[in-house]
Amino acid sequence: MDNESQYSGYSYKSSHSRSSRKHRDRRDRHRSKSRDSSSRGDKSVTIQTPGEPLLDAESTRGDERDDNWGETTTVVTGTSEHSISNEDLTRLTKDLEESTPLECKRFVGPALGGCLSFFALVTPLAFLILPQVLWRDALEPCGTPCEGLYVSLAFKLLVLLISSWALFLRPPRATLPRFFVFRCLLMVLVFLFVASYWLFYGVRVLEPRERDYRGIVEYAASLVDALLFIQYLALVLLEVRHLQPAFCLKVVRSTDGASKFYNVGHLSIQRAAVWVLDRYYSDFSVFNPALLNLPKSILSKKMTGFKVYSLDENTTNNSTGQSRAMIAAAARRRDNSHNEFYYEEAEMDRRIRKRKARLVVAVEEAFTHIKRLHEDEVASSPKHPREVMDPREAAQAIFAPMARAMQKYLRTTRQQAFHSMESILTHLQFCITHNMTPKAFLERYLTPGPTMQYQQQNGRGRQWTLVSEEPVTTALRQGLVFSLRRLDFSLVVTVTPLPFLRLGEEFIDPKSHKFVMRLQSETSV
Amino acid sequence: MDLIYLFIFYIKKQRIEIKKLRQGDNLILGFSIGGGIDQDPGQNPFSEDKTDKGIYVTRITPGGPAHDAGLRMGDKIMQVNGWDMTMVTHDQARKRLTKKKEDVVRLLVTRKSLENAVKQSMGSSPRP
Repeated sequence: MDNESQYSGYSYKSSHSRSSRKHRDRRDRHRSKSRDSSSRGDKSVTIQTPGEPLLDAESTRGDERDDNWGETTTVVTGTSEHSISNEDLTRLTKDLEESTPLECKRFVGPALGGCLSFFALVTPLAFLILPQVLWRDALEPCGTPCEGLYVSLAFKLLVLLISSWALFLRPPRATLPRFFVFRCLLMVLVFLFVASYWLFYGVRVLEPRERDYRGIVEYAASLVDALLFIQYLALVLLEVRHLQPAFCLKVVRSTDGASKFYNVGHLSIQRAAVWVLDRYYSDFSVFNPALLNLPKSILSKKMTGFKVYSLDENTTNNSTGQSRAMIAAAARRRDNSHNEFYYEEAEMDRRIRKRKARLVVAVEEAFTHIKRLHEDEVASSPKHPREVMDPREAAQAIFAPMARAMQKYLRTTRQQAFHSMESILTHLQFCITHNMTPKAFLERYLTPGPTMQYQQQNGRGRQWTLVSEEPVTTALRQGLVFSLRRLDFSLVVTVTPLPFLRLGEEFIDPKSHKFVMRLQSETSV
Repeated sequence: MDLIYLFIFYIKKQRIEIKKLRQGDNLILGFSIGGGIDQDPGQNPFSEDKTDKGIYVTRITPGGPAHDAGLRMGDKIMQVNGWDMTMVTHDQARKRLTKKKEDVVRLLVTRKSLENAVKQSMGSSPRP
């Protein structure tokens, strides 16, 4: 009988599966794109063209398409179409991170800056040396003032060298999609400056073979002074200006709603994005795709619904009517899924706590099996030989009794993708070496740590995409929203300015703190 | 047949006239007052509203003129000889009650009263 078949033509579900397939296609395309293009760098951030809406129009169009295709299918499974197992997940992420090649683009900027600064530093020396080399005999001798200038020149150059090394000779941590405006500005400034000095030098000194050597030395000293001032400008623009907080950024992860607030100064969108990503790796707990879905037992209940039969002849305009009738019927039906959700959550909590208790006891017991051998302990007697182990062997020895409890706990909390047996053994060895207690060993598994903890240390970078409706070199201002997208989740950042504070003053005389007892008198009349 | 006991709590206004008694050099009334706008209303055991800063009778000398006139402990004094006592300080209240020139004080007091009304039920209520 037909009323036994499960409902299948629920149009929301059909279009949802369709668009989810579309999502998967888009994702696959994006993945292949990132693999091919040389977009590998330390957190290289590429941009999509500004103006593109964040939600693709394709995903909504599926609703108006043929809704009735689902009528022919007779069963709806409880699993979503794009679920993948955990092994697949780890394999995919590993593939992604290791296959993109190291790109040379990230070294162009620093190389250019290095050349320019080398050129700028060598110029004063060249100014001094060239006359000596070319027309030494014709030069007027220059006494003590020149020597003073030589010394000051030398020290200023030394200061320039050391501060350049300290401030600017650091490996870049991110490649930005557009030019870093301030850095470009400064490089152009330095270049123009040094070029104009060379121009004047060529015209006034080299050509007429200037004989006043003291003037030349002063000229070189003025160049070095100006370079020091440009470096001061660079320091202020690149390092100091953004230190004073001016905006509050709210960063929300799109998949599970983990959010944080950060205070930043005046930055452009791309610099703010790099700043946020720096903090993301150490503040946000690691993204666990296995924790996202509601348990299947709850969701599948929603799918059993009504099957609508149309009794009149024309079925052309009935699709919207049908869906509306279905939605209205579903709304009127008593929905008990929240009940199941509550009990399922309580059951899950209980299970996790039970497994955790077993794990803690197992680990505590395991740790009692070994102890550290001190240097001054007497060598063991031949009757009871003790096998002396290094940390790795000791870890392997005590891992066996706790392995099962650990595996069960990790499975219950869906963390098994993050911890392989090898990594657990390594961590155990580490803890034993540093005399940690079982609780310290377990700290890593009982709470999901920040993403940084799970990063493999390879030199390849992480690919993030900055999605924004404004050009990414605009400065932050109120109401700006941009998002940082990775393959399976994204971080949405909202900018609000910090409030202006009006601080008032109230002086309290320390002698003004006086107290009295409360009155309750009774008088007889 | 059921008996329904009903307790009714209500406020009764009363006029009380007290003749002062001469005791040596003083004219006494035979009761003590508490309260006033400069006092702490939370400590008043007789007031229902603990922010009430009115003047309350806290003690009655048994056999004194106040007792004979019908004043009771816990009464709130609203007026004394026409003078309002709801917004006065403790000292002002005392002064208004102990004027040497007056022999008689006429008080307007309010008293919380508890009456017991016994009522019979209607009789024909069906009881399973």
